[in-house]
Amino acid sequence: MLKVSDLHVSYGGINAVRGISLEVPDGKIVTLIGANGAGKSTLLRTISGLVKAKSGSITIDGEEIMNKNITSICEKGIALVPEGRKVFSNLTVEENLRIGAYLRNNKEEIQKDYDWVYKLFPRLKERSWQLAGTLSGGEQQMLAVGRALMSRPKVMMMDEPSLGLAPIIVQQIFSIIKEINNAGVTILLIEQNANMALNVADDAYVLETGEIVLHGPGKELMENEQVKEAYLGKKKS
Amino acid sequence: MGFFQTNLPYLLAGISTGGQYALIAIGYTMVYGILRLINFAHGDVFMCAALMVIYSASYLPLYVSVPVAIVATGILGFAIERVAYKPLRTAPRMSAMISAIGMSYLLQNLALYVTGGLTKYYPPIPYISDSIEIFGAMTKRVTVITPIVTVVLIIALVSIIKYTKIGIAMRAVSRDFETAQLMGVKINSVISATFVIGSLLAAVGSTLFFSNYTGVTPTVGGMPGLKAFVAAVFGGIGSIPGAVIGAFIIGICENLIKGLGWTTFSDAFTFVLLIIVLMFMPTGLFGEKTTDRV
Repeated sequence: MLKVSDLHVSYGGINAVRGISLEVPDGKIVTLIGANGAGKSTLLRTISGLVKAKSGSITIDGEEIMNKNITSICEKGIALVPEGRKVFSNLTVEENLRIGAYLRNNKEEIQKDYDWVYKLFPRLKERSWQLAGTLSGGEQQMLAVGRALMSRPKVMMMDEPSLGLAPIIVQQIFSIIKEINNAGVTILLIEQNANMALNVADDAYVLETGEIVLHGPGKELMENEQVKEAYLGKKKS
Repeated sequence: MGFFQTNLPYLLAGISTGGQYALIAIGYTMVYGILRLINFAHGDVFMCAALMVIYSASYLPLYVSVPVAIVATGILGFAIERVAYKPLRTAPRMSAMISAIGMSYLLQNLALYVTGGLTKYYPPIPYISDSIEIFGAMTKRVTVITPIVTVVLIIALVSIIKYTKIGIAMRAVSRDFETAQLMGVKINSVISATFVIGSLLAAVGSTLFFSNYTGVTPTVGGMPGLKAFVAAVFGGIGSIPGAVIGAFIIGICENLIKGLGWTTFSDAFTFVLLIIVLMFMPTGLFGEKTTDRV
């Protein structure tokens, strides 16, 4: 279980995260929704070690990982699918996947994961020799997810996977997120597309200006009047 | 046949000089590719490699001292990165550039202190410094060996970058530090590896170069370093094939001009060529074209 307690992060002179506590139980999909600048990305970047926290605690299976170096956090089984995909455009699809497995050495196990990723995203297999920079946005998102899976993570964190993608592609990505979760990978998902995110989530948090304002099962939050108004675009009747 | 006979020695010398420039140019281009830094100290690393051979050769037989000096140059490259560039990793790029200039002067002054400002002479290396005759042209064997050594080393390097894990990591780091770190890549090790490889190649280039031009002074790295840098820019800095091709073009043209009797202008020519290429192809022959999609 990934557990964040009373986390404070200041980032570029502002307190982006102010005392967030949340839990991501094993095997679940947890989602965090919130507007731009609510501190969602900062939270994920802090968990993966890219940003240093001011105070608080982040543990995975009881082990403290806050402010550890990025490599060791990666070794603990936390993978981030970064915002804007960030595939290595100068590497081929296959090389992108290979670097996803950078810290692993067992060739057979890595091969199994190649096969799995190619099964999840047959499109990537067709294009395995192509430079990632030549893929479409949706394919790049698939590659970013595949690359994260290659590290065989316990927890996969996703930063706005639906950003800038066509609705049909977004649906595909979400159904694959479900499938990955069914295979036993815990998922922490950040989204502005609250509708999609709440639909797949077991548990959901609503973040506003660095603080958690609501928490509950995904389906329940979908019925919440405040959430409906602010994030689902439905007027109060 | 007469024309061929007259120009052949210059062509051979050109290919050989080109190979030596190529070995230096790779160091510039790889470091630029990863750090976007022009390592001004690289030409001085090339000079230090020569001095290390000279000094170690007075205690050790050449077949030991040359490899020792090459390895020591690799260590020097590693140390330079740790001392002069690593602390400035998050500083503005200009700071690292100035640190590079400082490092260049430091190495030159150390060399001045050690040599006392006297020209030191590179020991003749048996076999490769011998004179031979090709198609009636007299030359040193190093002229023939250089392109072969260069090509072999470049093929080895390109294979490392293309197929090995560290090579893929290098390419990933050159594109995106942060995401590479997320994959578990230790960027500092990758950057160190880049400096070590660049310095090792410069050391090999230095051995070949000074077998031909034997005088070593503290500032001797300046001109070959600058030419190799021009070659790297010419070929499109950041690109290894670009640097190699640029180096061969510059080496050959420079020597052919010498053959025409315009020795005085051969250096000027190199820089004019650079200006012309940059006017029409600002990113060089094989420069990065931005093809990223958002």
